[in-house]
Amino acid sequence: MRIMRRALNAVLLVTLALTLSSCGDSRKYKRAIYLLIDTSGTYKDELPKAQRIINYLLGTMNPGDSFAVARVKSRSFSEKDIIAKVTFTKDPMAANDQKRAFRNKVDRFARGMKRGSAHTDITGGIIQGAMFLNETGAGRKTIVIFSDMREELDKKTKRNFPIEMSGIKVVAVNVTKLRKDNIDPRLYLGRLDWWKKRVLSAGASDWKVVNDMEHLERVFQE
Amino acid sequence: MDGWMIVPGNKMLSALVLFVIVMPFLYAARKPMHGLFISLVRAISGPLRLGSRWMFATAVELRQRNKTVLMAHGREEITQTIDREFERIGALVKRELHGFPAVQRKLMDEITRIEEDYQKSGEVPPPPPEWAKAVSAIAKIRGGGDGLVEKILEDISKSMEKIYDRAISEYRRSYENRHKILKEFSPFWRSLNKEMETVGKNITSLQDSAQSIDVQMDKYKQMVDKTDKAEQTLTSSAGIQFSIAALVLLVAGGGAFVNFFLIARPMSAMVGGGQHIIFGLEAADIAAMVILFMEATMGLFLMESLRITHLFPRINNMNNRMRKRLMWVSFTILFTLAGIEVALAVMRDFIIAADIALRRELVGGAAVAVKDAGWATKIPVAGQMILGFVLPFALAFLAIPLEYFIYSARTVLGVGLVSMFRSLGFLLRVLSVIMKHFGHALTMLYDVLIFPFLMVERFFKKEGDSAGRHGSGSITAFSKRGRTGTTGEHIL
Repeated sequence: MRIMRRALNAVLLVTLALTLSSCGDSRKYKRAIYLLIDTSGTYKDELPKAQRIINYLLGTMNPGDSFAVARVKSRSFSEKDIIAKVTFTKDPMAANDQKRAFRNKVDRFARGMKRGSAHTDITGGIIQGAMFLNETGAGRKTIVIFSDMREELDKKTKRNFPIEMSGIKVVAVNVTKLRKDNIDPRLYLGRLDWWKKRVLSAGASDWKVVNDMEHLERVFQE
Repeated sequence: MDGWMIVPGNKMLSALVLFVIVMPFLYAARKPMHGLFISLVRAISGPLRLGSRWMFATAVELRQRNKTVLMAHGREEITQTIDREFERIGALVKRELHGFPAVQRKLMDEITRIEEDYQKSGEVPPPPPEWAKAVSAIAKIRGGGDGLVEKILEDISKSMEKIYDRAISEYRRSYENRHKILKEFSPFWRSLNKEMETVGKNITSLQDSAQSIDVQMDKYKQMVDKTDKAEQTLTSSAGIQFSIAALVLLVAGGGAFVNFFLIARPMSAMVGGGQHIIFGLEAADIAAMVILFMEATMGLFLMESLRITHLFPRINNMNNRMRKRLMWVSFTILFTLAGIEVALAVMRDFIIAADIALRRELVGGAAVAVKDAGWATKIPVAGQMILGFVLPFALAFLAIPLEYFIYSARTVLGVGLVSMFRSLGFLLRVLSVIMKHFGHALTMLYDVLIFPFLMVERFFKKEGDSAGRHGSGSITAFSKRGRTGTTGEHIL
């Protein structure tokens, strides 16, 4: 009887351990992506490329993953700037419908986009994105920034403070060269280097720049 | 750091001076140091030697145990083979020789009939009646010109001719009948021949079985006697079986892998996708694996209940009724699982088609209708359905190589363990010997360091010896062991 009780206890313990480990395990493999789209005046015309990236990312998402698209404007630290967000259901067929709806929402936003913002608050968008990603509890968190990475803040906006991005991978996509960059490439390289230092010092797990739109799979390459 | 240097700035000289100072102490501590070295070496080499002995003893014991198990298994196998031979003989006797009395009776009847017919064929027509002789005598009488007599003789002659003709025709008819009877013999002979051939074949088959039993009995006897030849034969046979079974299991594993991929994706529609349970495996993957394992288990039970494999003695020892019930239950579950796989195969095709459509939409911006190319487009899904249905049953046969693998693995593993224990034993023995020699080398090295003192000691001892021999004639106090074993003086 005592042996049986012990055996039962052992089975219960193993079951509990497996259940707990499974919860952690499941979250560890989930993926969450927060895509920031620069809608400033200089970058607004690149929006169709952003749609391509969104469609590509949608194609790679699996049931259980989370995805959000937000715009970067003069002040971007707000939920209102999130254009569309979704956590895909476990049913693969229903997840396909969610992807279609997501794409339609982004398309509507792109069609309605008439005028670019005066300033570019990338840091605000990153902080908002980090918060969203941490909320999902996903194991693999990525912020994709579709921008020329030139931050322009108005005088009232304060962003010169340390930010927290632990465990988040940051990928800058389609970082276009500005006219001044063409004159002096050090400006472009310096800008990228500055962002790299900023995100890595904030605790980001990785920093990457992908400019070749034909090889978007590099976004997820380790 | 440089506090030890007696001669400042000269490390070599300082070390030399220090060594010279330390040398008398080293000489004084010579015996305890030698003892320390020997103890240390023994502390290491002793356990090594013990370990080596234990390894060899374990190898011997393990080999003995392996042999016992191997022989027991071999006896079981041979008993089964002999059983099967006896069953064959039993079936043959029951089927063929069971009807032997009937065959014998038939043979006897046919032989009797042939005899009767032969007798009949030998019968000759009855001889002409007695009066024919009398008439014949009268016919010999000469007429002598008497018309009456001549007429009588003529009538008699005519009668005789008639009788002769009748007798001839009777004789011919009789011959004809006998030929007919003889002609009717041939089917009987053929039938007889056939029966005899059948009996002959059965007897030959019986002889073959008896010979096979003799061979098996010889092997059985060798196993009972636990001869080395039997052990070698069984070990080699187990090795071959192990390799073949492993190869077949590998192939079956490939089949199971294909089956897994066939059902894992559609399973996500049933149990949900993107939910990782453990070790990075999704719930759908685990569900697919569970189905595969269930199929394999049901296949195993099916094979057990059919008495093809003998992994579970309890199933094997079940009464026939229960065994048949288990067989049907296993088959029904296996059939149901195969049906589920067919449904999943259809589902898989459906999901893939939906995914392709979505990707096209995402790339092209609008849904593209897939052109229906008729029956050709149905081939993949039909193929998947057939695979889904066939693979579970194919997986059921996994039980056969699995049984061989398990039984032969015991032998192969046992042989491997024996070899490992022997190798380890040898290695420990070598290490022990190396340690022993290392100890000797260490004591000698120690003596090399203090050789000036040892030389002086030897000189004085020689003096003492010669004085003793010339003076009192007493024998030296050095022990034999001390001279050769521990002091290491022999090097000087």
